[in-house]
Amino acid sequence: MNLFIYDQTFEGLLTAINDAIDLNIKPDKIISTKSFQDDLFATKYDIITDSDKFDKIWNQVKEKSNEQNCQRIFKAFLSELSEIEMIIYNYIKLIIDTPYNVEVNFSEDSVIKLNNIQKKVGREAQRVLMFVRFQKTVDDIYYASFDPKYNVIPLTVAHFRNRFADQKWVIFDTRRKFGYYYDLKNVCEITIGKQKINFESGKVDNDVLHVSEKLFQKLWKGYYDTINIKERKNIKVHMQFLPKRFWKYLPEKDFKNTLVTS
Amino acid sequence: MKPETVNKLKISANAAKYDVSCASSGSNRPNSGKGLGNASSWGICHSFTEDGRCISLLKLMLTNYCIYDCAYCVNRKSNDIPRTTFSVKEVVELTIEFYRRNYIEGLFLSSGVIKNPDYTMERMVSVAKDLRLKQNYNGYIHLKSIPGSSDELQQQAGLYADRLSVNIEIASESNLKMIAPDKNFKSILNPMNTIKNKIIENKEERQKFRHAPRFSPAGQSTQLIVGATPDSDQRILNLAGNLYNSKNLKRVYYSGYVPVNNYDKRLPALNEPPLKRENRLYQADWLFRFYHFSINEIVNDDHPDLDLEIDPKLSYALRNPWLFPVDINKANYETILRVPGIGVLSAKKIILGRKYSKLNLSNLKRIGVVLKRAKYFITCNELKAPTINELLPENVKKILLSENKSVKQFNKPLYKQLSLFSVT
Ligand code: SF4
Repeated sequence: MNLFIYDQTFEGLLTAINDAIDLNIKPDKIISTKSFQDDLFATKYDIITDSDKFDKIWNQVKEKSNEQNCQRIFKAFLSELSEIEMIIYNYIKLIIDTPYNVEVNFSEDSVIKLNNIQKKVGREAQRVLMFVRFQKTVDDIYYASFDPKYNVIPLTVAHFRNRFADQKWVIFDTRRKFGYYYDLKNVCEITIGKQKINFESGKVDNDVLHVSEKLFQKLWKGYYDTINIKERKNIKVHMQFLPKRFWKYLPEKDFKNTLVTS
Repeated sequence: MKPETVNKLKISANAAKYDVSCASSGSNRPNSGKGLGNASSWGICHSFTEDGRCISLLKLMLTNYCIYDCAYCVNRKSNDIPRTTFSVKEVVELTIEFYRRNYIEGLFLSSGVIKNPDYTMERMVSVAKDLRLKQNYNGYIHLKSIPGSSDELQQQAGLYADRLSVNIEIASESNLKMIAPDKNFKSILNPMNTIKNKIIENKEERQKFRHAPRFSPAGQSTQLIVGATPDSDQRILNLAGNLYNSKNLKRVYYSGYVPVNNYDKRLPALNEPPLKRENRLYQADWLFRFYHFSINEIVNDDHPDLDLEIDPKLSYALRNPWLFPVDINKANYETILRVPGIGVLSAKKIILGRKYSKLNLSNLKRIGVVLKRAKYFITCNELKAPTINELLPENVKKILLSENKSVKQFNKPLYKQLSLFSVT
């Protein structure tokens, strides 16, 4: 059994795939150092991430298919599913080994799998654009917590940067404990301690909230409750579009807010 | 912003909520350098109401005081309801603050008529102008033009708004006059015309000068209320068709009348809004915009109203059984589009796919054809199942009604009109 161990980065994974192809060894498993458990019977390959190797294979894929297809592979990687490494390996191997562009050949198992996964990841990223809610803090930073199923915040940064170019903001992934901070010039990756933010509720502590913040949340909640047309109530559809797992960070779904206003 | 605003906002939202057009799409306004916001061309829903509608825009009425007395409207002057008026500054601040928190894609602003149409419209325009010029805001703005307001004001409005709409509300002028005595078609069609001409002019201008300012880049739309007057679907759809053609409208919205003024005897007594009918109208609208149907084929003197039980495409097929079955491997695109169970996408895939090899049932299924419906209307390589001609239309209808749950599925909300209202 051939076990490839990589550092959990996308570059690392592509380096591993590159090595497998170069050495002409078929991996049985590609696994990150984090989830690796020693296996006495396996032949282990410790992959050293190498950006030249990454570029080489990445360009090969680009030439064989196109830029969009590369995006798809990256999205699939962000799913963090346990079998995703081998799916990507099979997919890339297929692309490189096939003389024509196989990205639309849906009779290939890896094509179907990769596409389904990347679609789900894309949908989750769209949810971030929809349901991120910023809370304004005393230092004029707009802070948002999010708890995405897949590691999709990186896919959304460009959108928020374009849209909110004139305000400082933070979007923090409470599941993966990292986020992005935009300081009016650049976006950088950050981690934050738990002192001033409750990761459970996603809320910033009261003493660092901007004085106006509560009022605007209340205004929004009041607006949300009012525009509902009772005669057209349709809870089933409501739940389908706004699944419960997103509610926890939405001020309009904050039950406590209702008690305060009414 | 003061805490009292919470109440004001509730009153205003309550007054504005019956306007159904929620689409914020169609405009691609880039963030000009370091300002706030951009209008993305697909439009993002930021929340959903319990009735299942997408919340994408902050829908507000500048004021819900009104000097008019339209029978179908909550805000008519004879209603004794809480009233409120926002200042321009308040609306601007609410929009900006909500936008910055990612609650909304932008603002949808309408207003009751105070003093006169121009006075009212002027204040709406100044909200848009303030947002663009003072706040450097590039998010979405939809202004609902006041019927009867001047050409100059439409012109100004279009410079700042992404979309303008003038609601025609009722499908025939005589009925409009009966229940909205202060309005007439002229006061509605005039601003529509001005807006249309400006949009065309602006397009030409922008071809010559790339940096010429945009005018209402997401076009204009209107709304028709359904079920408040005895107007037939035929009348409604013909008017809609006319407006699409002669006024270049982007969208016509159909809004099932919500019985808010049941005391008014000019209106029908309804227990609930005619949602099914509203939905069928959207499907019919879809048929003539994307499926190459003429309105006359969907509704005509023999069938002035849409069938509520089945969608208009199926209804057409059942009324015209001699057009079927269609040979999937030979028929042209337009003919294939008319088969119940085949959507635009599947029809295109069929045309592409059959170049390589003859298509059979499993190919069709893969392509996305809903065979449960389509099988009565097609022949392909291997199909020998009974079609509409052997079974007779009324039996096909019965079978589909009893087995096809997707018929029920059509009673869906306004979110994602694209996929939900497309008739397959
Ligand atoms: S003019 Fe508009 S707000 Fe006034 S009553 Fe008529 S529909 Fe209502």
